[in-house]
Amino acid sequence: MSEAAPEILYSERWTIRGGDFDHGGEVAAAVKVILRQFGLPATEIRRLSIANFEAEMNVVMHADEGELLLEVLPDRARITLADRGRGIPDLGLAMQEGWSTATPEMRQRGFGAGLGLPNIRKNSDEFAIESTVGSGTTLRYAVRFAI
Amino acid sequence: MHLRDVMDLLGGEAAWGLDLLDGIPVVACFAADLMSDVLAFAVPGALLLTGLVSIQAAHAADVAELAGIVFVAGKRPAPPVLDLARENGTPLLVTPLSLYEACGRLHAAGLPPGVRA
Repeated sequence: MSEAAPEILYSERWTIRGGDFDHGGEVAAAVKVILRQFGLPATEIRRLSIANFEAEMNVVMHADEGELLLEVLPDRARITLADRGRGIPDLGLAMQEGWSTATPEMRQRGFGAGLGLPNIRKNSDEFAIESTVGSGTTLRYAVRFAI
Repeated sequence: MHLRDVMDLLGGEAAWGLDLLDGIPVVACFAADLMSDVLAFAVPGALLLTGLVSIQAAHAADVAELAGIVFVAGKRPAPPVLDLARENGTPLLVTPLSLYEACGRLHAAGLPPGVRA
């Protein structure tokens, strides 16, 4: 017998444009507002917001476009971020702290330290990444909270 | 120590949030130009010192729940950064001091590093 799908209390999607540094961070900020409205614990909101900001900036820096889906469940907030872009050839390297393919312009913007994906994993309780070179990358991560 | 004391120690001024300076305590500081460092290592409530005046600095301060931002070396945030800080209630200070000297003065005044263990 299959398990019943968990109840989704809220879901919303945002589009993130590659190269749009001027607006990089706005989606993470919008998600944070919603998480606060749900009255989630501040520590978990901070963790997920950090993960979202890193993930959003990854799309801005490395992809053509991405779509971030927020789903709030009774015991967790879940993010799926699928981007259209060049993908990541070596996920093992990309997950290592300090590994970066950022350009000098990205570093001038304060990113590209090679901490993005490790930061996302560190600030989430569930984390999965799939990438196809020449097609794009999909991140799935979630933060759990006490009910 | 409050943000106003920080402003005085650094010979700085408020780019936004002058009215908030007396009400925000500062218990620790973090300095970086890389926002990923801030997101990875700064503790909530830390004051950020940075030379990065892009909009991402203001987003990072909000996301990481920081007390405020000090922009060093006389760098001034552009209007969109001021607008975002106003929206988030993040005070912004500017100081003519270098990052090194600003950190040195605050450390000498007793503010510890706001770095996650």
